[in-house]
Amino acid sequence: MANNLQEKILEVKNLKTYFHTDAGVVKAVDGVNFDLKRGETLGIVGETGSGKSITALTILGLIPIPPGKVESGEIIFEGQDLLKCKISNLKHFRGNRISMIFQDPMTSLNPVFNIGNQLIEAIQAHQNLSKKQSYDKALELLDMVGISDRKKRMKSYPHEFSGGMRQRAMIAMAIANSPSILIADEPTTALDVTIQAQILELIDGLKKKTNSSVILITHDLGVIAKYAERVMVMYAGKPVEFASVNDIFYRPLHPYNLGLIGSVSKLNEEKKERLKPIKGTPPSLIDLPKGCTFALRCKFAIKPCWDSFPPTIEEEQNHFVACFRAKEFLNGSLKRE
Amino acid sequence: MFYYILKRILQIVPVIIGITILLFVLMYIIPEDPAKLILEKGATPQALQNLREKMGTDKPVYVQYWRYVKQLAQGDLGTSYRYRRSVNSILAEHYPNSIKLAFAAIFIESILGIFAGIISAVRKYSFLDVLVTISTTILVCIPVYWLGMLMQIGFGLKLGWLPMSGMGDGSIKYYILPALTLASVSTAFVARITRSTMLDVMTNDYIRTAYAKGLSNNSVIYKHALKNAMIPVITYIGIDLGTLMGGAILTETIFAWPGIGRTIYLAILQRDAPVVIGGTIVLVLIFVFVNLIVDIIYAILDPRIRLEGGSGVNV
Repeated sequence: MANNLQEKILEVKNLKTYFHTDAGVVKAVDGVNFDLKRGETLGIVGETGSGKSITALTILGLIPIPPGKVESGEIIFEGQDLLKCKISNLKHFRGNRISMIFQDPMTSLNPVFNIGNQLIEAIQAHQNLSKKQSYDKALELLDMVGISDRKKRMKSYPHEFSGGMRQRAMIAMAIANSPSILIADEPTTALDVTIQAQILELIDGLKKKTNSSVILITHDLGVIAKYAERVMVMYAGKPVEFASVNDIFYRPLHPYNLGLIGSVSKLNEEKKERLKPIKGTPPSLIDLPKGCTFALRCKFAIKPCWDSFPPTIEEEQNHFVACFRAKEFLNGSLKRE
Repeated sequence: MFYYILKRILQIVPVIIGITILLFVLMYIIPEDPAKLILEKGATPQALQNLREKMGTDKPVYVQYWRYVKQLAQGDLGTSYRYRRSVNSILAEHYPNSIKLAFAAIFIESILGIFAGIISAVRKYSFLDVLVTISTTILVCIPVYWLGMLMQIGFGLKLGWLPMSGMGDGSIKYYILPALTLASVSTAFVARITRSTMLDVMTNDYIRTAYAKGLSNNSVIYKHALKNAMIPVITYIGIDLGTLMGGAILTETIFAWPGIGRTIYLAILQRDAPVVIGGTIVLVLIFVFVNLIVDIIYAILDPRIRLEGGSGVNV
């Protein structure tokens, strides 16, 4: 595959982020491995609480410590382990080489500073520009994200913007220093459907224009199908399947992923079928069962599933799965139904 | 912004009408004959009656009220029964002293309180935080008059560093003890409010955004967090300024500070109605005015408040 030749810009190895709370240790991210190539969009899917956002926040060192703690792992970015980087040095990466767009644009902008101020601040944090230059650069950024009437908008406060415009402003701040990685943490969850498509198109367009990489975190499989090139499916803090977007949708090998796809409505099928929700709820991350975290909800579970968590195996080329029964799905001896 | 301020100023009018009626009725209820207060004991009934007629105190209350309001509209607060001087001149003499003391106290509580609050929020659970928590608890619990006397004994009598009472020549050393006493409880409150709002603000999404932009810790704390956290603190300080300008009866009495609090206190003891009513009206006006200023500062700090009556939301 062509992707293999591309340079790995980010590598996350065996990342574990735990939260030490009064109720116990919450294993929010428990052994995540992935890599990101230059110019690609990597999707991370999973239910609420599966560790998608915490994975992203850990990369930028934005986990509140305490109660959070990175227990182990490596985050190699441009040859440097970000986890070994001092917090005070991390700020040179944040917003500069790696930027992040957050889920809720309503609360992610500071209500007491105008947009121009917050935008110029993002520019001046990393570039040595004069006031005038920063102002011009800010205007340019607003143009790039499709905000019109820019001089007036610079003076506007976040509450004077609609949700979509706030997210555009957030994106403008995120791309202010031409980062090599843009992490979009459910960028459209809080927006209405018509705006969602615009925002995603905007992110995709900017990615192509600047040849940067995007980590797209979402629970919307439709978004993943359209924009992601490779996908990591997470469940209860662990990656369960990691493959190209085609393999994820057309050759799913993990029962959880099967369940996710089964619970999405398909408009093009002639036979109308009922949606099949995944039964049960995700386990509490405090007392995880000994075996596979999905076993409780899995209709394919067999005895080994209850004893240990299955190792992640490359079942096909570039198709990683953590399931004891993946091989049976693959050779067809087990029906996916 | 202009409409906002105009609206707030217009709201003051009914407050003033209400307060004059209330005060006038209250003082009228007190069964004390002003004529007897003014004339020597043993004055003839005829002399008393003449004076009542001259002052109009024999008229029904609404007539007296109307007369007072007409006077008030011309800026005349009447004449003191005791001192035979215009209330205006009495207040003009004493009030500046109270204001000076109030500002000294506000200065102390803003600087000390906000600083201590920030330190204890930024270094949560550290030794300094515990120190601030304990000392603010103690400050809130100590009665003002006791703290004042302790400081008089300690710094005034034993150590002899600072004057014990009075205003002397009005130099700073006379201000230190009364201002510290007056500011003690408020300083503790300001520190507490600053700490809790700072901690609260620091959990907001926009703080995470600020860190994600790569801003330094100081920039996040002192720019993004502090401006948001200051909103409740400034409200408190503003209300406190209004309260302090209403004269600090306890502090002014302990330190023999020639301010308005002590003046009104003495006037109440002497049933000197014009001084009590006039003094109180001035205090209410000041209080309302300070609150107006606070609300304007508020609107400057928090752009969302400016919306009312201003431009709408741009979508």
